[in-house]
Amino acid sequence: MSPVDPDVASPDAAAAPPRANGELVFAEPWESRAFGVAVALHDAGIVDFEAFRARLIDEIGEGERAHEDAGAYRYYERWLTALERTLLAERLVDDAGLDAARRAITRDWEHDHGH
Amino acid sequence: MSHDHDHDELALRAAALEAVLVDKGLLTTDQIDAIVERYERDLGPQNGARVVARAWVDADYRERLLADGAAAIGELGYGGFEGDTMVVVENTPEVHNVVVCTLCSCYPWPVLGLPPTWYKSPAYRARVVGEPRAVLREFGLDLPTETEVRVWDSTSEVRYLVLPERPAGTEDMSEDELAALVTRDSMIGTGLASSPT
Repeated sequence: MSPVDPDVASPDAAAAPPRANGELVFAEPWESRAFGVAVALHDAGIVDFEAFRARLIDEIGEGERAHEDAGAYRYYERWLTALERTLLAERLVDDAGLDAARRAITRDWEHDHGH
Repeated sequence: MSHDHDHDELALRAAALEAVLVDKGLLTTDQIDAIVERYERDLGPQNGARVVARAWVDADYRERLLADGAAAIGELGYGGFEGDTMVVVENTPEVHNVVVCTLCSCYPWPVLGLPPTWYKSPAYRARVVGEPRAVLREFGLDLPTETEVRVWDSTSEVRYLVLPERPAGTEDMSEDELAALVTRDSMIGTGLASSPT
């Protein structure tokens, strides 16, 4: 019997979030953005993926030393932190720029909520 | 701190990072969109299943696949990032192969897409090396004691793909029908190819 993807088989497939073998590829939209940014930076030759991977391994190890249990294990949180650390170390971004962007985005999101 | 608050905070950090890089002209939103779409729609175990089915029906292809995984996979049009050096390990009645990345989550993206959550979990990564039979039993795979279990750790540049055994009773099936029997887990080694019904 072939494995049938329930979302491909259903008439709502187009509207359903993408899944692989029944599991969401990305659980949250921000996870897909963090993933896409890292791969795009690699594709553009801006970031050495091995340098990023080394930080990702560090971050994952940190989580395990902190005894994050499997339920609380949030892989893309580690991914995002590793990506921020890589870009800060390479001076492609700085804390002031990130803070300013966070403030601007927070204002936009609060504005959207008001309507 | 609530769960929602954590996620808002992470969403904010991701959005800010993207905004700064786009503002600096290092990336465009379209580039990121295209990558996300590719990984959500084009790359996945359906690609690896085609490779396995070809190897089942074409002995010469199987030889090339085992000799140089990336080149043979490239013949079917799959390849690229995280698939440059591919080693294909073949299951036989004597040997069962299973793949892990003990340090992070390395995985052959061109043929399997992005890894499932359990592959990235500390429990799988820590336990499959030390007690593979127990872990495989939890996946519902109870191997005979005489079968040797080999665990492959994807910590270097090498990515592994398991070539599962062709199920019995599939002699008359087409390559497309065979591809439908090849599950993701059978190519990681935590499962077997499905049997025809």
